[in-house]
Order: sequence, then structure tokens, then C-alpha cells
Amino acid sequence: MAKRAFYFDYAATTPLDPAVFRVMKPYFADDFGNPSNLYEFGRRAKEAIAAAAKKISEPLGYAPQEIVFTGSATEADNLAIAGVARANKAFGKKIIISNIEHKAVLATCDALREEGFEIEYLRVGHNGLVKPRDLERALDEKTILVSVMYANNEIGTIQPIRELAAVIKKFRAKAARSTGSKNRTLPYFHTDASQAVQYLDINANRLGIDLMTLSGHKLYGPKGIGGLYVRRGVRIRPVIYGGGQQDRLRSGTENIPAIVGFGEAVALAQKHRKTESARVKKLRDTLQKGIFEAIPKVVLNGHPTKRLPNFLNISILDIEGEALLLYLDELGIAVNTGSACNSESLEPSYVLTALGNPYEYIHGSVRFTLGKGTTIVAVNYILKHMPRIVTKLRKISPLDLKMGQKEAMSQPRAFVGGQTPHFLRKKKV
Amino acid sequence: MKKPDIINQHTGGSWAYSSMVKSHFFNPRNLLWKIPNERESKKFDAEGLVGSPACGDVMRVWLNIDPKTERIKEFKWRTFGCASAIAATSMLSVMATEKGGMKIERALEIKPQDIMKRLGGLPDRKVHCSVLGDKALRAAINDWFKKHEKFDRILVEGSRLIDPNTKVTEADIEEAVLEGATTLAAVQKRTKVGVGYKECLPQVEELIRFYREKYFGPDGTAGTAARTKHGKRGNRNFKQSAAVHPNARRRRTTHGR
Repeated sequence: MAKRAFYFDYAATTPLDPAVFRVMKPYFADDFGNPSNLYEFGRRAKEAIAAAAKKISEPLGYAPQEIVFTGSATEADNLAIAGVARANKAFGKKIIISNIEHKAVLATCDALREEGFEIEYLRVGHNGLVKPRDLERALDEKTILVSVMYANNEIGTIQPIRELAAVIKKFRAKAARSTGSKNRTLPYFHTDASQAVQYLDINANRLGIDLMTLSGHKLYGPKGIGGLYVRRGVRIRPVIYGGGQQDRLRSGTENIPAIVGFGEAVALAQKHRKTESARVKKLRDTLQKGIFEAIPKVVLNGHPTKRLPNFLNISILDIEGEALLLYLDELGIAVNTGSACNSESLEPSYVLTALGNPYEYIHGSVRFTLGKGTTIVAVNYILKHMPRIVTKLRKISPLDLKMGQKEAMSQPRAFVGGQTPHFLRKKKV
Repeated sequence: MKKPDIINQHTGGSWAYSSMVKSHFFNPRNLLWKIPNERESKKFDAEGLVGSPACGDVMRVWLNIDPKTERIKEFKWRTFGCASAIAATSMLSVMATEKGGMKIERALEIKPQDIMKRLGGLPDRKVHCSVLGDKALRAAINDWFKKHEKFDRILVEGSRLIDPNTKVTEADIEEAVLEGATTLAAVQKRTKVGVGYKECLPQVEELIRFYREKYFGPDGTAGTAARTKHGKRGNRNFKQSAAVHPNARRRRTTHGR
């Protein structure tokens, strides 16, 4: 338990809430039926799904039938993007997304490009926000889908979803008038709300969205479950074919225990949303203030206020994120970094790159994400040890970067063979 | 199936850094605690710097070399980088100075996998982070050659153009292999080398083989590879990889003046 207290990576995943586990339990071995069957075992399973859908839909302002359960939020993103694109390609082949979307959206769009779709990227500003005016400019007759995440998974920046929805609504009305049609539903608006459900209002009508991705394991629910809200009337095609479960949108026998847990987790998250937001924000602000006071040359990544209350992403100049991560790990503190050394691709975080910071800042980035288990004791523990660790790592480092220097300050030499590294070269082309 | 790359290629252990890496990472040896100013840096015979913060690794090396015996008497360093980079430089400093100091001719031959081996291995993905240490050392030794006007001994690490269409150089291929692209298809996916210029493909394949052996050994495991192919070299603990560059890449040239 003590270990868990120093877990500062709630944006990566969260522990299962015991209350959620309790409601899941009967559905593993006792109520194990297949909901496609008519006998009682099947009926009980079907009822469990309906109850979970209701639990999710109520606080979110959906109808229970508008939820599709998927194997992950990634799958929900795939379904939303590819499903809508393929079902509507007769009307146009353009998709607009932000350049800091989750990989699930980016990679799906890359695949769709090979199917002949055109992808336009809205570039976020230095604060990580999409500008509604950019969307206004990008929208055209061919656009069938806009996808902008609700809150970013690296910097926690909250996008102006309502304003973006208003832009789309205005565009639809104008386009409908000019073509003389009565009402126009394209382009659809999708948002990935995986990080947001625990802390923000996700009422579909208030936000003005048509599709929304949800995730189970980011809100103390089980892993292996996600959901896609699909507004009634949205033309969408499945990406997984088979027995035709869930209105043909997602074939495959439903994962009943996970769905039950997911429903409970969303209900609990939304119920405690405001109190938990306030509690976590206070701790986050203490952590942020403490770090900025005790450690020189620290930069905040993302928007200072339009940000999830549990997110703190900073760059500590002159030191490398993975090194800091491992020093903190020795103390039992778990954090995350956008440094290239921590990634599979050996490229630094594309989200932090999109903010326009030089690579030097990105390599020193650290992400703290707080959650239910975070206490003031843990925050103070970090504040006690981190300045010492940073001082030591700065002693090891030969660098002394200057604050506020925004252009890249490194000479393109001697990476391997004395050349500019590939990720810098690609940018120039 | 590709095995997960957090498996340590030498120990087979699951995560990831050996106790030796940990030891050097948390207690770096031969660290230069204060960056010297111009006057102070005169205390050192030579200095080398490689990398850039943009890449995520920068290494700076200061040496003292006995001009008579040409042995490295002191090796001080500072490194910006991850655990592997820090531990690799620290280990290199130990290797260069132990047993009365390494002769510079010998030091010039140190390869990344020699360092990795002494560290008890690095995860595949992290091989990349250890490659700057030996380059920094060579840069410093070159600096010493320059100061002592031994221009004929300066090593030039050139980078030949392999594919004139895509402007892919040998360094690009080396880098691609280091990042795990060990087949022609994988390297092409990264670099597009030879897509419009098939004539260079045999050469590319040869280079991939060379660098794959250099960094990962003939059977993809650097440690065992070195052991089977080569015997001990003198009384040292290092083993050299058997990889021989098709074009004998590192050439000695006269320093242009």
C-alpha cells in the first residue's frame, strides 16, 4: 500500500476500485451466460449489459442504446474514425484532426490515408490548444469527420470542445443553406474523452459532439474495456465483423464482467467528479508550486489553467527524463517522461514537439499525474527528494541551457556518424 | 515473434538494467564535478565532445595522457542522457584508466559492445544510448593528436553517400540498424534507401550485416558473439567483434591543413 501512494502515473492507468471489483465478481463464474442466448443465463447477462449501459448513459446524457462496448479506448477510436470514414466516403473523403491526438487516432488516420482519405491536421498553439478559427478555415464540403480529443493524455490540456462544436454546427447550417437541403449532419464531431471522464462534464448534448471515446482503466475500472458513444442517426460501419452483436457495430461476445465494472466505474467517477477534482487540484498545485520554488530552470508544458486538475507536465532543463525517472523509481516514485529514451521509436514526444519547444526541453520532460491514491504525504515526499536528485543529475550533465531560448540550440553533429538525427532531418523536408 | 526489447540480451533478465549499470548510474565514477573554465581546462591534455541535446545524448570527455607511454592517466567526463548513457560513459572511464591506464592505440579500438559487455549488457533498445561514449573518447584522443601535431594519426569517421537519389549515407544505415532495423526491408522502411536506385542494394545489405554484427553480434546477441569468434586480446578483458567493415570504414588520413 505504501508503494501505491507514490504512484504518479494515473494517466497511464489506474488501480481497480474495490467497489468496482465487487460488482464485477459475480459475472466471472456465477452469471457467466452469453447475452445472445434466450434462456435465463443469457437473459441475466443481457440485463447486466443493459444496466451498465444505463449507468454510463445517465450521467452523460446519452440513451443507453447509444453506447458501443469495445475492447479498449483504442478500438473505440478506430471504430469512430474508420467506421465513420468508410460509411460516409460517398459524401467526401476529408478528415480533420488535431496534431496532438492520441496515437489510436493518428495511426488510424494514417491507415485511412492509404485508402484514399485526406487528413488535415490542426496545429495546436504553444499552450496546446486547438484554435476554433483554424477549424473554421479547414472545414469544407468534403469534410466528413472532425476529431479533437477532449483532454490530452500527455499535458492534460483541455480543448475547447463546445466552441469547436459550435463552429461545426455553423458550418453545417451554412452548407445546408447553400445546397438547399433541409438539414445536414456532416461533418460528424468525435472526441476522445479517455482522460476526461473522471474530472470533466461529458454530457454529449452540452458538448455538441456526435461520437465520444471512453476508457475503463483510466477511471479505476478494469482494463480491456472501452466504449464509444454514437449519437443516434450517425452513419457508421463496424471495423470488427462477426455474429452481429451490439447492433452489428461490434461483433464478438460481450465481456460482461468488464462491461459491468466499466459501468460502475463511470457512474462512480461522475458522481465524485467535482469533489475529486477539487481534492486532486489542490495537491497538484502544491506539487507544482513546490517544484517551481525549489528547482531552477523548470518549464511548464501545456496550458497553465485549461488543464485537467491531476496533470503536471514539466521540463527540467539540462537533465534527461529517463535518468530522473529511474532516480525517482529508486525512491518508489513512479512518474512518466516524454524523453526519446523512454519511447519505443527513440523519438521524443510528438505532443511536446507540437507545442513548439526545442528538443532539448522535451528530453527533460516529466509527467506527474495524480489520482485517488495521491496524498499530501506523497507530494511532500517528492518535494523533499526531487531537488537533491535534480542537483545531482545536473552535476553529471555537461549542459547549461538558457531559459526561454526557443530555437534549437544544438549543433547537428555527432549523433551517429556526425549527422543530424533523423527526426530533425524529417522536419526540414 | 520479436522478443520484447526490455529483455536484457546478456542476462535474459526481465528488467532491464544490470546491477553494474545501476551501480554506475547511481554512483558515477570519474565524474568531473565542476566544468572547468578556460584556465582550469589547461590541466587536461585533451578534450572531446559529441552528441547534441536534441538527440538526447551529449558527452564531454577530458583526458590526461602520459606522452611517453601514451597511456590514459585520467579520464573525466560529464554526460547528458539516460541511465544507459551515463553508465556507459562511467564504465568507459573505468576501462580506460584501470591497470595503469590504457594505451591510446588500444583505446581507439574500444567499441560500444565492449562497454556494454562490461556493464553486463543493455536492453536492445538501449544499445543506441551507449554508442556515443567511444566516439567521445576518440574525439578527445584526436584532440590530443592535434595538440601533439601527430596529424597522421588522426582518425576520420567519414560518412559515405550510399544512395544519391534519397541522399542516404552510411551513417543513416548505421543509425537504422542501431534502432533495431536489422533487415533490408526494415532499413528501407526507415530510410527509403535504394527504392529508386537498386544498384546500391548489395552494398546496403552488406552494411546492414556489418552493423548488425558490430552492435548485436552474428547471432543477434552481442556478448556471446564476441566470445565465440575471438579469443582474448592480450591480457585484457575485452573481446572484439569479428565484424569487418566491407570498405574498412575507419581510415587514417592526413589532417588537412
